[in-house]
Amino acid sequence: MQFSEHWLRSFVDPALDSDALGQLLTMAGLEVEEAKPAGVPFSSVVVGQILSTEAHPDADRLKVCKVDVGQGDPLQIVCGAPNAAAGMKVPCALVGASLPGFEIKKAKLRGVASFGMLCSARELGLSGEHAGLHVFADDAAVGTDVRELLDLDDTVFEIKLTPNRADCLSLAGVARELAAITDTPLTLPEVAPVAPTIDDRRAIVLDAPQACPRFCGRVIRSVDARAQTPAWMKRRLERSGIRAISALVDITNYVMLELGQPLHAYDNTKLTGAVHARFPQPGETLLLLNEQTIALDADTLLIADDAAVLGMAGIMGGEDSGISLETTDLFLEAAFFAPDAIAGRARQYGFSSDASHRFERGVDFALPPVAIERATRLILDICGGQAGPVDTVESTADLPTRPAVRLRPARARQVMGIALDDTQIAALLTRVHLNVVSDGDAFLVTPPSYRFDIEIEVDLIEELVRLHGYDNIPAQTPKGMLSMLPRPEARRDLWQVRRLVADRDYQELITYAFVEDAWEADFCANAAPIRLANPIASQMNVMRSSLVPGLVNALRVNRKRQNNRVRAFEIGRCFLRDTDAQPVAGYHQPVRIGLLAAGPACAEQWGVSTRQVDFFDLKGDLEAVFAPVTLRFQAQPHPALHPGRSAAVFADGVGIGFIGELHPKWVQKYELGTAPIVCEIDAPAFQAAGLPVYAPISRQPAVVRDMALVMDQKTPVSHVLDALQAVAMPIVKAIELFDVYQGKGIDPEKKSLAFRVLMQDTQRTLEDAEVDAAVAALVQCAEAKFDASLRG
Amino acid sequence: MNDLDSLVQQARADFAAAADSTALDVAKSRFLGKSGAVTQQLKSLGQLAADERRTAGARINAAKSEIEALLEARREALRDALLAAQLAAESLDVTLPGRGADKGGLHPVSRTLERIETLFRSIGFDVADGPEIESDFFNFTALNTPENHPARSMHDTFYLEGDDDVLLRTHTSPVQVRTMRAHVAAYGDRAHMPEIRVIMPGRVYRVDSDATHSPMFHQVEGLWVGENISFADLKGVIGDFLRKFFESDDLQVRFRPSFFPFTEPSAEIDVAFMHGEMKGRWLEIAGCGMVHPNVLRHGGIDPERYTGFAFGMGPDRLTMLRYGINDLRLFFEGDLRFLSQFR
Repeated sequence: MQFSEHWLRSFVDPALDSDALGQLLTMAGLEVEEAKPAGVPFSSVVVGQILSTEAHPDADRLKVCKVDVGQGDPLQIVCGAPNAAAGMKVPCALVGASLPGFEIKKAKLRGVASFGMLCSARELGLSGEHAGLHVFADDAAVGTDVRELLDLDDTVFEIKLTPNRADCLSLAGVARELAAITDTPLTLPEVAPVAPTIDDRRAIVLDAPQACPRFCGRVIRSVDARAQTPAWMKRRLERSGIRAISALVDITNYVMLELGQPLHAYDNTKLTGAVHARFPQPGETLLLLNEQTIALDADTLLIADDAAVLGMAGIMGGEDSGISLETTDLFLEAAFFAPDAIAGRARQYGFSSDASHRFERGVDFALPPVAIERATRLILDICGGQAGPVDTVESTADLPTRPAVRLRPARARQVMGIALDDTQIAALLTRVHLNVVSDGDAFLVTPPSYRFDIEIEVDLIEELVRLHGYDNIPAQTPKGMLSMLPRPEARRDLWQVRRLVADRDYQELITYAFVEDAWEADFCANAAPIRLANPIASQMNVMRSSLVPGLVNALRVNRKRQNNRVRAFEIGRCFLRDTDAQPVAGYHQPVRIGLLAAGPACAEQWGVSTRQVDFFDLKGDLEAVFAPVTLRFQAQPHPALHPGRSAAVFADGVGIGFIGELHPKWVQKYELGTAPIVCEIDAPAFQAAGLPVYAPISRQPAVVRDMALVMDQKTPVSHVLDALQAVAMPIVKAIELFDVYQGKGIDPEKKSLAFRVLMQDTQRTLEDAEVDAAVAALVQCAEAKFDASLRG
Repeated sequence: MNDLDSLVQQARADFAAAADSTALDVAKSRFLGKSGAVTQQLKSLGQLAADERRTAGARINAAKSEIEALLEARREALRDALLAAQLAAESLDVTLPGRGADKGGLHPVSRTLERIETLFRSIGFDVADGPEIESDFFNFTALNTPENHPARSMHDTFYLEGDDDVLLRTHTSPVQVRTMRAHVAAYGDRAHMPEIRVIMPGRVYRVDSDATHSPMFHQVEGLWVGENISFADLKGVIGDFLRKFFESDDLQVRFRPSFFPFTEPSAEIDVAFMHGEMKGRWLEIAGCGMVHPNVLRHGGIDPERYTGFAFGMGPDRLTMLRYGINDLRLFFEGDLRFLSQFR
C-alpha cells in the first residue's frame, strides 16, 4: 500500500518528521518499505504569466518574453519553447533558483538579457514531458511557489501490510492506527448523507446472503462523465500508485483508498431488472474490464442482473456494464463480501485486483453505507447529477459477528514475559478502540467491525506486545530443563562425513534438486520422473532421483571455465516414486552422498608423474572414508556408467549404492572431455562407523609367507580372497593381495595374484610343519576352485 | 731419544698428510705395522742391558701410545669430513612445495549450518530433519494456513504434476509439527513432558529467481516448547545466537512486528552491524514468534499448559553477510573457483 504523507497528515498530524513517522509505523507492524520524496529538489520556481512574446532579434527559435511573477516589474526572459504564448501560466525559475543539475543566473542569450528561465515538466522532474513549457491551469495564482502549488514537499510512503491488517488498507485505517500509537487526535472526513433528489432506484437481491450479506446501491443520473478530476485528487491517486483515468473511476478509487471500501459503478442504462449477488449457473462466462473472457467457476460469486452477468463480485467488473465517458446514469455499488467467498478466487483465475486484495482480507462491514454517501458527494461535486435514494439490502444474520474475546492478564504476562499490570493492559487495548470490560480476573474485549484479526486470546496478546512496543520487551536468558543430548559413538554425524570426504580432496557442492528431464533419462534411465507442475524453467522440470547428473553438470561447468581437475561431492535428498514411502506417501526421499573425480589423480606438482584418476582412486577414497567398515564391490551395470567399469557397493551384505566410470556415450554427449569416476551412496551407510572391538595382541612371533597364484584373468579377486578366507586355518591371521601381474612369463589369458599370508598363534611359536600345511591348504583351495597354479 | 721424538713428529706429519682412510692405513703400517719403525724399536730392545731395557721400553711404549692416539684422532677427523661431505651433498631445497594430495572443503552454506547447529547444541537444541516433498497439510494446514488463506499467496509454491496433495515445502516450518507429534508420541504420557528444543535445517523451495532469490534455498527452523516459554525468552535466544554467530558483541538486533499464520505474536528480526560495509543498515534476517495455539494443537500439545517460540532464519543470507558475498546464485552454480575459497 502506497500513499502520500500529506494526505495521511490531513487526518492525523503527530509532531514527528517523515523519518520518525516511518520508523514508528514500521515498529507498529506497518513496515515502511520505502519513503521517497514526491518531487525532485528545486527552489525559487514560481507561477509566472507570460504577458507578451517577441521574436529574438538574432535567433529564429528564441522568443523574448515579458513574464509577470507577482513581484516587482515583469521580468524579461529569453525562452526557446515552441508553445510559449502570451497569457499562459508557466513555471518560472527566478534568478538564484536551483534546479536539478544547474542554477539560474542573469544571462545574455545572443545579446539579449534574460532574468530567469521558463521550465518544462521534465526540468522540474514532474514528468518526462519536454516538448514545451509546462502549463498551469488558469486558476493558479501568479507568484505562487510551484512546490507549494503542486505539493511537492510531500513524501510517498510504501508500506508492506501483513495479511492480518486489512483494516490498514486505507488512509483512514493507517491514520486510525497512527492516532492510536501516537495518541494524536484523528479527524476523518465528515460524511453526511446526500439527500435524494430523484426517485430512481434499482432492486437488489441477495441470492447468496452468506457470501454477500450487505449490499448498498444507488442510482445517480445526469452526471458529466467527462468532468475533470480535480488536481488534488489526481495527485493523491498518483501518489498512491493509481493512474487517474476519468472522474467517475477516479472517485471510486479515491474512496477505496480513503476509507477502504471498494466500490463499483455500473452504467445504469445497460442494466436490466434487479441486481443480484449470486453464484454462477453452469457454463456462464464473463468479459472482464481487462478484456479477458473467463469461464466462471462454481465458487465465484457474481453480480448479475436479470439478463446478464455484470461482474465478479468484489474482484472485477465486466466490460459490458461498465462506465465510459458516454455514461450519464450510474448505478453505484458498495457491498460487503465475506472474505471466505472472495479468498483465493482471483488467484484461481491468475490475477488480482485492489478490490479482491481488500475483500479477501476483510473490509469493514459497517463501511458500505458510509462509503456510498462519500462517493455520492464527490460525484455530485465533481460531475454534477442527481442522486436517488440509497437502498441497503442485507441479511443481518450473515454479517460477521464480533463476539467478546476473553483475555486473562496473567496469561498475557506469561506469554510476553513482562509484568504489565491490569490497568496498563486495559489502557493499551482501549487505545486501538477495543472495548474492554472486566469480567472477574479477566477482561472481555470486543473488537470493532473493521478488525478481522481478533478472535482468540492470543490475538489480543499480539496487540498488547505491539502497542507496548517490541523494543520494550527485555531479551531474557531463558531457563530450560537441562539434560544432555545423546551422542551415538557408532554413528557419525553428517558433518563428520563431510569433513572426512573433504579431507580426501573433494569440494562440497549444493546443486538444485530439480533437474532437466533429459538428465534423468540419460543417467538414471528414468522415463517417469517426478515432474513439477510449475517449473521455473524447462531445464529444471523434474525432481532428481540421483545426485550424479548434478555432479556431472558441475564438471561441465568447471571444464568450461578451464578447470580440468574436478573433485566434488554433494550430500542431499533424491526423490523417487514409492507407494510405501514414509513420511510422505508416494515419495521416497533418501539422503545420499555423491562423489565425482575427474582429471589428473593428483594436482599437478613436481616429483609426481601425472596420471588420470581412475576407478580404483575413487574406490580407495570410499574405502578409506568407510574404514573401519569394509565395503564389498560387485560388477553391475548402471545406465550412467561404463558397463565394464561399474559396480554395486555393499556394506554388511546390504546394497548401499554404486560406483563407476561415466559411460563414454555421456562423456561425448555432454562434451566432458575425459570420463569422470562417480559414485552415489546412501548417507546413513556412510554414517555407520561401528564401535571398536578389542582383540588381544599376540606376544608370539608371526610368520609371513608369500604365494603367487596364476589363474584365469577374469577371476574376480574378491572371489579368490573370500574362498581363501573360508578355508584358512585358525593360525592364519591375514591374507593380503600385494601384487597383480600380467605380461611376460605368464599366459596372456592369465594373471598372477601375489598374496602375503600372515600366521600367528597367541599362545606359542609356530612350527614349520603347521605353517607349510596352512599355506598348502590355501594353495589347494585355489587350485580346486579357480584352476590356479602356484607360480614357480 | 731424539729418534723417538722425531718418530712421533714424523707420524703426526704423515697422518695429517693422509687424505683418506686407505692412505692413513699405509701411513699407520709405516709406524705400527710388523716392520714399522715403532715395532723395529721394540724389537731392538732385546739388545739392550736389562736395566736400560726397562726405561727404553717405557719410552718406546709412550711414543707408541702417542702415535696410536694421533692415528685415532686422524681417523675421526677423516670420518667427520666424510660425513660432512655426504650431508652437504644430501641437502635439499626446503623451499620446494610439499608433495601429496590436497584437501577439499565444505560449501560455505554448510559452514554456516554447522555453526548454527553447534551454537544451538551448546544450549541443548537437538537437530531434526523432514521431507522436502511435503504434504499440503504439514506445509500449510497444520501451520494454521488453511486453503485460500491470503498468507498462501506470500509463498510461491512449487507443485508436483498429477498430485494436488503434495508440494515442495516452502519453509522448514512443517518439521515443527512433525517434531511435536513425535515428541508427544515418545513422552506424552509423562506427568511432565520434557521440553522440545530443536532446530530443523534444510532446503526449501519457492518459485522465485534473481540475484537475491533462488528457487531452492536453505532455512533453519527453531522450536522451543515448554511450560513457561515467553516472548522475552525468544528475544534472549535470538539475540544471543546472532551475536555469537557474527562474533560481534555490539551487533544491533531489532524485533519488528510482523505476521505469520503459525506464530502469534510474530516478529521479523533485523540486524545492524556497527562496522564494515553494511554499517548501520537494518538487514532482515529471520522471522519468529510465539507458536500459535492451533499449531500446538496440530502437534498434539495442549496450548494452555505449554507455550513455545519458533523461528526461521535464512542461512544463505547469513553466509552472504558473514563472508561479504553479493550474489546468491554463486552458491548453486558449482564453480570451484568460488567454492574452494571456503576450505
